[in-house]
Amino acid sequence: MERKRTPLWELHKQAGARLIDFGGWDMPVAYTAGTIKEHKAVREAVGLFDVSHMGEAYLRGPRVMEAVEQLTSNAVAAVRPGKAVYTLLCRPSGGVVDDCIFYKRSDTEFFVIVNASNTAKDLEWFREHTHGLCDIEDVSDATALIAVQGPRAVALVDGLAGGTLSGLTSFTFADAKVAGVACVAARTGYTGEDGFELACKNEDAAALWTALVDHLPPGGLPIGLGARDTLRLEAKLPLYGNDLDDDHTPLEAGLGWAVKLDREFLGAQALRDQKQRGLERQLVGFKIADDARAIARHGYPVVDRARGAGEAAVIGTVTSGGPGIVVGGAIGLAYVPVGFAAPGTQLTIDCRGKDVPATVVSGKFYKRT
Amino acid sequence: MTSFPTDLRYTHDHEWLRAAGTAWRVGVTQFAVDQLGDITIVDLPREGDLVTKGQRFGTIESVKSVSELYAPVSGRVTAVNAALRDAPEQINNDPYGTGWMIEIEPNDKAEIDELMSPDGYAEHVTAH
Repeated sequence: MERKRTPLWELHKQAGARLIDFGGWDMPVAYTAGTIKEHKAVREAVGLFDVSHMGEAYLRGPRVMEAVEQLTSNAVAAVRPGKAVYTLLCRPSGGVVDDCIFYKRSDTEFFVIVNASNTAKDLEWFREHTHGLCDIEDVSDATALIAVQGPRAVALVDGLAGGTLSGLTSFTFADAKVAGVACVAARTGYTGEDGFELACKNEDAAALWTALVDHLPPGGLPIGLGARDTLRLEAKLPLYGNDLDDDHTPLEAGLGWAVKLDREFLGAQALRDQKQRGLERQLVGFKIADDARAIARHGYPVVDRARGAGEAAVIGTVTSGGPGIVVGGAIGLAYVPVGFAAPGTQLTIDCRGKDVPATVVSGKFYKRT
Repeated sequence: MTSFPTDLRYTHDHEWLRAAGTAWRVGVTQFAVDQLGDITIVDLPREGDLVTKGQRFGTIESVKSVSELYAPVSGRVTAVNAALRDAPEQINNDPYGTGWMIEIEPNDKAEIDELMSPDGYAEHVTAH
């Protein structure tokens, strides 16, 4: 099947990016600098990401607040217009359909950005579970999304927006003109850095990207999906399909802060029940020392050899893992029994036949200063 | 189209070999490096270890993935590039030079003759 292309595909190609299949999209995994330099550029200066493969939709209508209230684990509907809110979409079982950000434009209009690989599923979920309470307009195929992230991101975007955007606080958004292009500019991101995500029309994307590239400060780079993954992992931001899925709840994933159980929404009862029973397993961050010279990757088993041989020893699974590019060693996330979840607990991870020691760590691996 | 050094022999697994005295120096090709991206850890055998053609002799981990290294010929490891332990990026920077991995003294010279020529390898990569 022909891979889908974002409106910036031609520019990536010209820039020498290496393109790979990402959920049916032909996306840059790295540009000529390579993942490690790109990762550091975002930590130290600024990086530009084409994330136009993500899905976008509008939910509108006089009863849209009721519809959104039902769909979202976080208190999305009640916030003031201009707020962006991270939330889970849960099944009645408490499992996760997707994680996404809702943007409240008014009491009758919400914008939502969802994961690329889940766009069709999510739109179907919205239609099925809003019971005609609102109109749903899928604008994914007409909308481009550019993330600008890093300590110099705000100055870059604000400079191209005539100084109108630096006043936006974290998780707020505004309609703006950036380099003359009409955008929804949100103070959000997926890297652990400050910055913006800019949604614009497909036909304007190349002009916006080119203006951003032309105004990059020293050290700034375009960034591929390879570094997007290592950056989000260092910031302990979950990835749907790795750390979140149908079989784990947001409480198990450590996303209780995005679950407001004093309301009714899809999955609320299951999550209240789980909270009352107590969790059996939990997503934890772990670190592997530099001198272990090992990386624990998605799917590697967490083992307790005291429990027996072979399968009997498996107590959990690594959901994400990679090198800690700025924090050193190797880092990752794993679901483990709660008895193994306390910070400082020693874990053993079977890295392709080799038992590698790892330590449970609390909080983000990387926190910007 | 990438071209490949003409003084080397190649394997289907994207390794190259270059004569170094009676031993053969082994590394991975530019094509392999381009596929792997930034390399972060290389695990290699020790000097004196015996390797068997087609069997795993080490691993190479990039940011995104882990790949096995398969012995291009059977023989004894006579040298290991110890610098890669702390500087695996040498493989990205100079795969045919400072990014070499090990040297093997082959048991049977005929196994060298079975390896691909630069033209054969270029064809292999194009078909890949």
